[in-house]
Amino acid sequence: MSKKSTRILIVDDEEIVRESLSGWLEKDGYTIGTAPDGATALAMMDERPWTILLVDLKMPGIDGLEVLRRVKESWPETAVLIMTAYATVDTAVNAMKTGAFDYVVKPFDPEEVSLVVEKIVAQQALVRENVILRKALKKEYRFHDLVTKSPALLATLELAKTAAKSPSTVLVLGESGTGKELLARAIHAESPRHAKPFVAVSCAALTETLLESELFGHEKGAFTGANGRHEGKFEAANGGTLFLDEIGDISPKLQLDLLRVLEERKVTRVGGTQAVPVDVRIVAATNRDLTRAVEEGRFRQDLFYRLNVITITLLPLRERKEDIPLLVERFLEQLSSELKRDVESVSPEAMAILLAHAWPGNVRELRNVLERAIVVSDGPVLEARHLGLTLKAGEAAPAHPASLEEIERRHIASVLRQTAGNVTQAARILDIDRVTLYAKIRKYGLKRAEDGEFEPATPAR
Amino acid sequence: MSEVLLLWIGRDAPPADLLEGVRTRLVREYGISVRAVLSEERPEEAFDARRGQHSSSRILGWLSGRHPDARRVVGLTDADLFIPILTFVFGEAQLGGRAAVVSTARLGDTPRIPGEAGRIALRLQKETVHELGHTFGLLHCRDATCAMARSPSLRHVDAKTPTLCRACRARALELQENGDVHEQEEHANPDRR
Repeated sequence: MSKKSTRILIVDDEEIVRESLSGWLEKDGYTIGTAPDGATALAMMDERPWTILLVDLKMPGIDGLEVLRRVKESWPETAVLIMTAYATVDTAVNAMKTGAFDYVVKPFDPEEVSLVVEKIVAQQALVRENVILRKALKKEYRFHDLVTKSPALLATLELAKTAAKSPSTVLVLGESGTGKELLARAIHAESPRHAKPFVAVSCAALTETLLESELFGHEKGAFTGANGRHEGKFEAANGGTLFLDEIGDISPKLQLDLLRVLEERKVTRVGGTQAVPVDVRIVAATNRDLTRAVEEGRFRQDLFYRLNVITITLLPLRERKEDIPLLVERFLEQLSSELKRDVESVSPEAMAILLAHAWPGNVRELRNVLERAIVVSDGPVLEARHLGLTLKAGEAAPAHPASLEEIERRHIASVLRQTAGNVTQAARILDIDRVTLYAKIRKYGLKRAEDGEFEPATPAR
Repeated sequence: MSEVLLLWIGRDAPPADLLEGVRTRLVREYGISVRAVLSEERPEEAFDARRGQHSSSRILGWLSGRHPDARRVVGLTDADLFIPILTFVFGEAQLGGRAAVVSTARLGDTPRIPGEAGRIALRLQKETVHELGHTFGLLHCRDATCAMARSPSLRHVDAKTPTLCRACRARALELQENGDVHEQEEHANPDRR
């Protein structure tokens, strides 16, 4: 914080005091204002709050204590330093009780007042930093329907955002449930084509013939049952984006047909002879290892190169566990409204289980688990028993009776393991501040194991 | 308008070499021409009988009305200085103005103690570099060893050097190149009521 942004307002009915104090403080680079009385000071606070107020106790009209009281009421973050010509115990006690940061007796010892002002500035910087940190902690990166706090995914989404602006083909890789279609939709929405259609085709859901007709369309009588002319998805997506999901599952014949379309930018309907030009941006996705499929000859190398212009890999949920609380919050909000239930949060125990789960089905599985939990829940807080998930072995609660301290120790160790030793994250789950958590880590002798995870040390005898 | 005037306005005569020491220090720090003069006049009206001290602000007023040809007027005195809100000050300057004053009164014991004269002389150099810096528009520096560090006590004075840190030196040059700002901005400040 620059000193100029620290705004000090001096409130004193004596002009000489206002002048000498402002002249003295402005050499520190602070922004200084002066007010001859309480009413002016409060009006100046109304215009734009000041960070520090130096207020004379005895003033005609609204006196210093009253200014202090009103300022603390409306601007609690402003620090008020009371100046008094005669310090009596009563005035000092009164001022401090009303919320003054401190009081100084006129004339001040230069060192004393320097120190007090420095102390206030330092404290306010901390308060401000805290607010910024809290905001940063809360800060989520949003790319349409995708939200994250994970630095790795954030970089991925930034890449997608940039890629969206270009006409290039995008290949989205990732396990099922990681949000590949959401990303494809986001890319479309962010692209210059956003006003044109977004058409999604799941290549694994259809047989080869059906998929062929689905993609390229067919002419009347092209095959049995082709009663009329049918426009394919390529034509439907003209000017927009075609999302080809599970591209790794298409047959060799379709791979060749698709390659031809991508190269020529023209489609020929099944049973047709005329090639129709199409202007389509392709976003393809797969949960398969395409490189390996190419090596094993199951996927055409030339098609792979055509698709693999910009590759975006979505992380599995187990590699971005920091997003779980954020996703839970969002899903609870969405699902509560969809299911017309008032579920506001999950209990710390339930959150610990959610954080510990491996999530093979990724974000989709998380959403499903929460949906189920909301359905079976009976109050505003989802409890562990609603989730239908169990703790992994080793994290189970002790079967034999244990002291409260012992349970706390084990619970902290378990949460730290789940967060891979991330104290900030663990403190958030435990709903205590980091300082308290560090104290408890020390108290219980929890130490980092070689793999960086916390483990309880053998209790000292 | 080119030189800075160093004016001794103390009650007693200054110790030998004191003025010359400050003069050479200012020349070295700011690369300016400085002339040291023993003033015939004294700012008598600056004495406050109630406090038994001299008002540094009144001395600044007195100094700024003198020697209009000088670029800056820096008064040096042995009188104990104060501003109304503080018990004492080592010195005071008009920020971006033309007058500054520094006193030896709180910079040490009597110069008659062996070694003390040298200490006082060095402290005076530090504080004069500091106050003259304010007239050029320099603000307090966070670097505790820079001459522009705030020094509310002798400990702070002793912790700093008589020289400007690199940042303050660069800023001083910049301020001097951009021309002297004599006008006190506070008069136009709507937040001073």
